[in-house]
Amino acid sequence: MDRHSPETRIISAEKMAELIQDLAERIVRENPDLTDVILVGIRSRGAHLAGRIAGKVREMTKVLLPVGILDISLYRDDLRSRIDQPELIRTEIPGPVEDRNIILVDDVLFTGRTIRAALDGIMDLGRARKIQLAVLVDRGHRELPIRANYTGQYVPTSLEQTIRVRFSEDGEEDGVILRELAR
Amino acid sequence: MAWGKRKDLLGIEDLSREEIEAILDTAESFKDVSLRKIKKVPTLRGVTVVNFFLEPSTRTRTSFELAGKRLSADVINISASSSSILKGESLKDTAWNIEAMNADILIVRHRAAGVAHFLSGMLDCSVINAGDGAHEHPTQALLDLFSIRERKQKIDGLTVAIVGDIAHSRVARSNIFALRKLGALVRIAGPGTMIPLGVEAMDVQVCRSLDEAIDGADVIMMLRIQRERQEKSLFPSVREYARFFGLTRQRLQGAKKDLLIMHPGPINRGVEIAPDVADGPYSIILDQVTNGVAVRMATLYLYSGAKR
Amino acid sequence: MSLIIQGGRIIDPVNGRDREGDLLIEKGRIVKVGKTLSGDRRIDAKGLWVVPGLIDMHVHLREPGYEYKETIETGCRAAAAGGFTAVACMPNTNPVNDNGAVTDFILTRARSAAVSVHPVGAITRGSGGEGLAEIGEMAEAGVVALSDDGRPVRNGQLMRRGMEYAGTFGLPVISHAEDLDLCAGGVMHEGVVSTRLGLRGIPSVAEESMVERDILLAELTGAALHVAHVSARGTVMRIREAKARGLSVTAEVTPHHLTLSHEALLEYDTNLKVNPPLRTEEDRQALIAGLADGTIDAVASDHAPHNIAEKEVEFDQAAFGMVGLETSLPLLLQLVHEGRLTPVQLVERMSVAPARILRIKGGALSEGEAADVTLIDPDLSFTVDAARFYSRSFNTPFLGRELKGKAVYTLLRGKPVYRDPVMKDRK
Ligand SMILES: [Zn+2]
Repeated sequence: MDRHSPETRIISAEKMAELIQDLAERIVRENPDLTDVILVGIRSRGAHLAGRIAGKVREMTKVLLPVGILDISLYRDDLRSRIDQPELIRTEIPGPVEDRNIILVDDVLFTGRTIRAALDGIMDLGRARKIQLAVLVDRGHRELPIRANYTGQYVPTSLEQTIRVRFSEDGEEDGVILRELAR
Repeated sequence: MAWGKRKDLLGIEDLSREEIEAILDTAESFKDVSLRKIKKVPTLRGVTVVNFFLEPSTRTRTSFELAGKRLSADVINISASSSSILKGESLKDTAWNIEAMNADILIVRHRAAGVAHFLSGMLDCSVINAGDGAHEHPTQALLDLFSIRERKQKIDGLTVAIVGDIAHSRVARSNIFALRKLGALVRIAGPGTMIPLGVEAMDVQVCRSLDEAIDGADVIMMLRIQRERQEKSLFPSVREYARFFGLTRQRLQGAKKDLLIMHPGPINRGVEIAPDVADGPYSIILDQVTNGVAVRMATLYLYSGAKR
Repeated sequence: MSLIIQGGRIIDPVNGRDREGDLLIEKGRIVKVGKTLSGDRRIDAKGLWVVPGLIDMHVHLREPGYEYKETIETGCRAAAAGGFTAVACMPNTNPVNDNGAVTDFILTRARSAAVSVHPVGAITRGSGGEGLAEIGEMAEAGVVALSDDGRPVRNGQLMRRGMEYAGTFGLPVISHAEDLDLCAGGVMHEGVVSTRLGLRGIPSVAEESMVERDILLAELTGAALHVAHVSARGTVMRIREAKARGLSVTAEVTPHHLTLSHEALLEYDTNLKVNPPLRTEEDRQALIAGLADGTIDAVASDHAPHNIAEKEVEFDQAAFGMVGLETSLPLLLQLVHEGRLTPVQLVERMSVAPARILRIKGGALSEGEAADVTLIDPDLSFTVDAARFYSRSFNTPFLGRELKGKAVYTLLRGKPVYRDPVMKDRK
């Protein structure tokens, strides 16, 4: 629908790399014992981001953090209003969640509902010792009391705008795009 | 994923290859859920699923019930004994009463072919056929395919033998449609009284004997033999049936090492299948039961979004 | 008061007529057929076919006993709307028409009906297949033929006796040919489609073997045998052979067997559940060929009204049969439009032959005879609509179907019993 609406690249590829580097550094700083950390990306772009962070952490510490993918479709609270059921991607977490330090990773933090669903999903897999949250962009407008432990950048937006993070993994140029919603 | 907006699952015959694969792929995720400690997800909270079974079938009904509960749906069971249909109420009236309960999904098992079609034309809720007469039993075929794919990683090019009362078997029909759509070769065998007229048009190879059917097969599906059929002269005696169409160890001497033996249950041990074969190394009969729940969860999940 | 039907195409095979002309009617009788006649009142028939009143030799009027499905009155109004001036009604009412009292009842009720009613009496008591019905009494009361329609006479010996006894009273025997053991509770044609749908099948051989038995019995007894609702290719063959042997064997076919095949059942529409069942396309083609070459003498609707509650049920449970009086002629006109049948053949099969087989009046526009006349507009398109049915039931798969051609005016003994709204615009 919004094919013709103007799009603005508010974060460039270079800037995005810096933000990811920054997220990785803070994760290393705040988690002195990396041995029980699992990065869990929320599909599909959260998974890309988790992979990037893992790469940076490895460059810095030589530690290869396990990366998992979480599909939250089964935990969404807006399913019944949809006509088509979303395609399920298999949730794949390397190893048991029990007593581990889970860092959930997503590209954009918005209403908080996705994170709420992800928390339910993780907790049904087992009792983690600790769950944290890392996001690249926080665009505000929270509907639930949820806050990230690690945020790349705050981007003030209006509800008439959309934010999309692009990853080279999907065949696009890295960057964050802001769009006006066509009315 | 090729998932359209289908309201009802009436039979495999209506589905495309892509749709069948979409259901099987979705079932993989639900199998993961079934294997973990907390086997429940909140996905269908607030959804009402009615299990409407007018023919006794503990196995299928329980499987659907468990699937619904693991998806957090409200599951109501209506059986022949609890429904008023036996007290003179027509199927149509009963169906309207069910819809009045605000059912989102109706799962129906009935002894007459076409009942699922009949109800789907009448009701707004999704109708899932859990077996209608000798017509179809789509979720059974889906779970059979899922179980084969899990072991063989593919269906394409496999040779599958289906043995028994093809004429009266909805399991056979649904499996023939499903296996052909996914590229397997299907052979069928049974006494001539149990091979329906014109079955060749369903693109299967009709074999004269059990040995011919299972020679070099990758999968053998044995069908349950109904003893009542003896009275209708479909076979002279259980003993003779077992002798010519029962699967025994001797008959499997030349079998492929990775052969799979399946049976939709409940088994007549010593009739269509020898006990040591049913419990033997090739048998994946218990996998079928486990996978049934995952496949039915996938079905409920995919069809729950279709309410008009 | 005389009535002139002017300028129509008069199709009257018995008198060798097929040309434009006028028909003069006085006191309920045809007085003259010719050109530029005049009368007190006129009906403009330009562009219409003027034919002897159509006769449906196989209908179920359901009265007495099943008046919720149809009555003699409603069924006859449906007949008139379909272009018929006479019907023969089958005896499977409640009570069964197996004695003179029931025949009397039907004929009394029929006196005020829109068309002529010719009852068919049962062969066996209660059509139960156990002993002969009171055939002589019924003949006296006015039955025109004998049949246990709805079921076969299972016992060969009893069928033989029925044929022999019927001969005494000059009545033809109508065979509902079906070997019930071979039918084995089937609900549709046994073949590729029944196998796919998981429905029990009725094999063609169930009909063919019974027809063969009855042909042999007719040969033995010299009876006039009429085979009802032929559905299978093999049956057409057997009847063709019997006729070639010079036997007195005739046959009828329904409009639905001429226009539908078993593939139509793929959605389990119970309105398509009929007995004998709709068979293959090959069978259908053989029926059309048999009708065209005269092997099959007549078209009869097997009009079988059922209440919706008897159809809106499981396919296995649904009643057999569909209504046909109001769609029979339009469906046959489709075959004419397709070039499979000539207009003359249509009149022959729907009027001349039924009169001949049942040995009743009608089937011709002869001077001095009762003016039973049907006017047909072969090109009038319309949509089959339950709301417009005169029949009390509307169990037909043709609802919503667009058809071309229908009866627009039906006269019984010179009086209009049906007039289509389009006739108002003519003057
Ligand atoms: Zn009949």
